[in-house]
Amino acid sequence: MEFFSWCMIAAGIGMGIGSFGTGIGQGLAIKSACEGVARNPGASGKIMTIMMVGLAMVESLAIYVFVVAMIILFANPMKADVLALLAK
Amino acid sequence: MVHPFLILEWLAHKLHLDSILAPLISNPDSLKALIYTALVSGILITVAFVTSRSVSMVPSGMQNFMESVVSGIDGLIESTMGEEGRAYFPMLATFAMFILVSNLIALVPGFYPPTACVNTNAALALTVFVMTHVIGFKKHGAAYLKHFMGPILWLAPLIFIIEIIGHIARPLSLTLRLFGNMWGHEIVLMIFIMLVPFLVPMPMMLMGVLVAFIQTFVFTMLAMIYIAGALEEAH
Repeated sequence: MEFFSWCMIAAGIGMGIGSFGTGIGQGLAIKSACEGVARNPGASGKIMTIMMVGLAMVESLAIYVFVVAMIILFANPMKADVLALLAK
Repeated sequence: MVHPFLILEWLAHKLHLDSILAPLISNPDSLKALIYTALVSGILITVAFVTSRSVSMVPSGMQNFMESVVSGIDGLIESTMGEEGRAYFPMLATFAMFILVSNLIALVPGFYPPTACVNTNAALALTVFVMTHVIGFKKHGAAYLKHFMGPILWLAPLIFIIEIIGHIARPLSLTLRLFGNMWGHEIVLMIFIMLVPFLVPMPMMLMGVLVAFIQTFVFTMLAMIYIAGALEEAH
């Protein structure tokens, strides 16, 4: 049973670390975009497009962590082996 | 975790369609994605058919709406890929409209977004991947391989491996980005509905509209950038 509690902890902490870095990265990107628009409001359309694509790129890191966390929680490949070991 | 009652799945079960479709699919979970993909395609085909039946010089009603959608996508393609991107308008517009309608359908209770199933997204992303290289080979011929070689000839074997890994990562990231966003949103929404079913999930649904539009935009934008990358000259 301890295996499953470690799975929960791993998913939670992993998601935390993943979103930590992603949050900093996205914040920096938005900061620069805001500065760029403040200096040159005429370029806001282009900056917006590039920022969106960049944010999606950065965000995909957090999404990978999320997918891995969901695999650990809901579709754990080791689950059958662990349950067989426990049954012994 | 999806909406507990999916109306089309229930209907298919009542009509015994699921036993007919069962041999076609390996995973029983993808049945609902299949049914709702058919629904989304049906919606898009019907709207396109109805609109194009009565095209007039002075647009009105549905034609107005569809013209603004088409010209919006056209403007985006032209600003990203330039004039030669026009040729790929049908494919990119289909991606955009299919993904947008699939994402937005999630906000209607009893409906399931096909993009929350990883198989649908993998199909879309693999189409982009294959089309990118087909377009590249069509445009440059065998010289397209220079895209993978890098600038220095004796480093080419090393660069080639790195480029191949980079190109294989593209459909993977396209798939997982769309899937993670839509599925994650479904899960968050269902957890909120489980905790407080009244009024509290509303802000999350509002965010769902935002996510639906942004993910559509990002998928289409990245497809454009990949195709534009295959069209440009190797350096």
